[in-house]
Amino acid sequence: MTALAWLIPAALLLGLLGLAAFLWALNSGQFEDLEGASWRAIQDSDAPDSPPVNESDNTPRTREDD
Amino acid sequence: MDKALRSNFAVIAEREPPPTNSNALPNLQTVTLIVENMRCGGCMSAVEKALLAAPSVQSARANLSAKRVTASYNAAATNPEHLVATLGHAGFKAAEVANGRDKAQAREASDLLRRMGVAGFAAANVMLLSVSVWAGLASDMDASAQALFHWLSALIALPAIAYSGQPFFRSAVGALRAARLNMDVPISLGIILASGMSLFQTMRGSDQVYFDAAIMLTFLLLIGRFLDESVRVRAKGAAENLLGLKALSATVIGTDGQPRRIPARALSPSMRVLVAAGERVPVDGRIVNGTSELDESLITGETLPRMVRVGTDVHAGTVNISSPIEVSATATDENTLVAEIARLMQAAEQGRGRYVRLADRAAQIYAPAVHILGALTFLGWMIAGAGWETALTYAIAVLIITCPCALALAVPAVQVAATGRLFAKGVIVKAPDALERIAETDTVVFDKTGTLTIGEPRLISPEKMCPDVLAQAASLAAHSRHPYAKAIVRAASKRGLAPKWHSAVREVTGAGLVAGTTQNEERLGSAAWVGADTDGGDQTATLWYRKGRAALTPFHFEDALRSDARSVIGDLQEAGYTVELLSGDRPHATSLAAAGAGILEWRAGVRPDGKIGRLNDLSALGRKVLMVGDGLNDAPALAAGHASLSPASAADICQTTADAVFQGEHLLPIVETLKVARAARQMSLQNFTIALGYNALCVPLAMAGFVTPLIAALAMSASSIAVTGNALRLRTRRLALQPRWTKEKHA
Repeated sequence: MTALAWLIPAALLLGLLGLAAFLWALNSGQFEDLEGASWRAIQDSDAPDSPPVNESDNTPRTREDD
Repeated sequence: MDKALRSNFAVIAEREPPPTNSNALPNLQTVTLIVENMRCGGCMSAVEKALLAAPSVQSARANLSAKRVTASYNAAATNPEHLVATLGHAGFKAAEVANGRDKAQAREASDLLRRMGVAGFAAANVMLLSVSVWAGLASDMDASAQALFHWLSALIALPAIAYSGQPFFRSAVGALRAARLNMDVPISLGIILASGMSLFQTMRGSDQVYFDAAIMLTFLLLIGRFLDESVRVRAKGAAENLLGLKALSATVIGTDGQPRRIPARALSPSMRVLVAAGERVPVDGRIVNGTSELDESLITGETLPRMVRVGTDVHAGTVNISSPIEVSATATDENTLVAEIARLMQAAEQGRGRYVRLADRAAQIYAPAVHILGALTFLGWMIAGAGWETALTYAIAVLIITCPCALALAVPAVQVAATGRLFAKGVIVKAPDALERIAETDTVVFDKTGTLTIGEPRLISPEKMCPDVLAQAASLAAHSRHPYAKAIVRAASKRGLAPKWHSAVREVTGAGLVAGTTQNEERLGSAAWVGADTDGGDQTATLWYRKGRAALTPFHFEDALRSDARSVIGDLQEAGYTVELLSGDRPHATSLAAAGAGILEWRAGVRPDGKIGRLNDLSALGRKVLMVGDGLNDAPALAAGHASLSPASAADICQTTADAVFQGEHLLPIVETLKVARAARQMSLQNFTIALGYNALCVPLAMAGFVTPLIAALAMSASSIAVTGNALRLRTRRLALQPRWTKEKHA
C-alpha cells in the first residue's frame, strides 16, 4: 500500500507532463499544418552547418537561416 | 494563424538589437497569400525561398494544408502585389486572402482540440484507477483503497468534465432556451447525472461510481466534434482560397491621370477604373469613356454580348470583350439588379433555416423516450419497495447507459468520412447539413450558361467548312480577343490550320475585323457590317466572313456543353432524378442545350425571381430540388433550393451561397456528391441502428439494476468504436447511384 503513495502521484505527474506537452504543442501551432510538417521533416535544403531551425515551433524560415 | 504571426514578431524582435517594441522596427507588415499550386514539400520550400529571395521580405512560412503562405515584409519597400508577382515568376499562382473570416472557426477548432486533450488525459488516468478497482473487486482490494481510488477519480474527472464538457452544456442550454431538444440535451444530462451520482456514491462508500464512463464519454464525443469542426474549417479555407484566387485587381486612373493597379476590393465609389479588352469588370459602375461589347453571361445567363457605350451601367463580373472602357465606380446599393438579387436571396434563405438535422430529429424522439424510461425505472423500483435511494440509483444508471454517445457520434463520423472523400474529388462541402439535404433531393435543376455549358462559345461544325476560308478567317481572328474570334482560332488550329499574321488588321468596335485594300478587302464581323443579308430571324450567334467580292461565309457559334453533360444527365435520369433546365438565355440557345444534354423540361428567358418561382412550384409539388447554378442570376435560386451546388467558376455570391462547390470542367462531381450524400445518409441510419441495438441490449439490464460501472464503460466504448468503424468504411466503399425505387413508389 505504501507504494501507492508515490506510484499514483508519479503516474499523475507523467500524465500531466504529457498534457502539458500537448497543450504547448497546440499553442505553438504545431497542429496547424500537419501535411506540411511531414514534408519539412525530410527536407534537406537547410545546410547541415546552419543552426537548426526549430520547425516544430512554427518559427518562420528567415533570411539568416538560409 | 494569428499565433504564427505572433511568433513571427517574437522572432523578429529577438533578432533586431533594440528589442523594445515594434516602433523600433522597420515598418513590418504581415500578409497571408493563397498559393494555389503548392502541392508538395518541394513546392513549399520553393515558395518560401522565392519570397525570401525578394528584398525586404523578413520571413515566410508556408502552410501546405491550407495552401497559404504567411510572409512578413517591410511595407516601406514592397507591397503584397509585388510578392504575388514574385511568386508568379517562380511559377506559383498566388493571391491575397480577401478576408480572414475563418479565424473564429479555426479558433473554435483549436479550442475543441484543447478540451479534447484535457479530457483525454483525464480519461486515461481515471481508467487507470478504474481498472485497478475492477481488478481489485476480483481479488483482495480493501474498502479503504477502493475509496481512495474513487476519490482520486473524482478529483481528476470532475474538473476535467467541468472544463471539457462545456461545448455540450452550452449547446444543450441553448437548445432548451429555444424550447427545442437536440442530442446535446441527453448527453449533458447523462454526463452531469453520472458525475453527480458518482460523487454522491463515493461519499457513501458505495461502488456505483461512473466517473470513468462520464469522462470517457466526454472524450469520445469531443473527438467526433473536433473532427467535424476541423473538416469544416478546411472546407471553408478551401472555399475562401477559390474566391481569393478569383479576386481581381483593377487599373485605377488617379487624379494625376496616371494608371495604377490596386486590388478590386480597395475600390471605392467614384473612382475611375480602366477595363482593358478581355478583362473582367471589377466593379459596378457607369461607363464614362469608350464603347465596347460586354459578355454578361455570369450575370444574366445570356451568351450574346451586349453593346455598351458612355452612360451605360455595367456590373462587376461581366467581361469586356472588344475595346478598353473607362468606368466610374458606383456604390453597390445604387445598382438595381444587384440590390434586387440581394433582396431575393434574403427572402429565399429564410426557408432553409427551418431545416432540422437528422441527429436532432432523432434526439426529439430519443430524449423523451429515455427520460420516460428513467422515470419508469424509478417508479417501478419504488412500487417494488426498493426504497427511494436504490430506485434513484437504478434510474440514473438507465440515463447513463442511454446517454447517446454512439448516437451522437453516428452522424459526425459519417460526415467526416463523406466530406473527406468528396474533398479528394474536388468537391468542397461547406454547409454542415449540406449532405443530409442533398441526399433528400429528387429533382436536379440546372442553369445553362456556365453550368451545363462551358460558358465560352465554340464554332459549330468547323469540319464542314472550306479549310482555306477557315484559315483566312482565323488569320484575321487571331488579332482579336473577342470570344467568337478566339473560338475561330481554336477551331482552325484543331484542324491543323495555322493562322498567318496579317500586319494591317483593324478592329472596329461592335462591328468586326478588317484587313487588306479596298479592292481585296477581308472582313470578319457582324452581318450588317460585312454586308450579309439576314432576315433577322437567325437566332444563333453568327459572324460573317467576306473576301473581296467573293461569297459570304457564316460562322455559327454555340456555347458548348461540358464534355460529360449528356452522360451525367443520363445517369441522373436513370437513377430516377427529374432533371430540368432553367436559363436566362434565349429560347433557341436553351432548347439546343437541352436537346444536347437530353433534358426534356426546359424554360428559357427566366429572370431570377422566375427561377425562385419555379423552385417554389416544384416544392409545392412535394419535390426536393438540388439547384446547380453559377451566375449572379442563379444566386437567389441557389438559396431557395433544398440544396445547391456551384462550379468553382461561379460568381462569388454563388460560391458563398451554395452548399458545396465543385472544381474542374466536368459535371461528374455532381453525381459523386449525390452518391456520397445518399450513402452517408444510409450509413447514418445504419449507425443509428447499431446505437439503438446496443441500447436495446443494455437498457433492460439497467432497468433491472444489473448494470455495474464496468458494464457501462465497456458498452459505451464498444458502441462508439462500432459506429466510428462503420462510418470509416465510407472512405473506400464503392458507390453506385442506384435508382430511387422506394421514392418512386411513394410518389
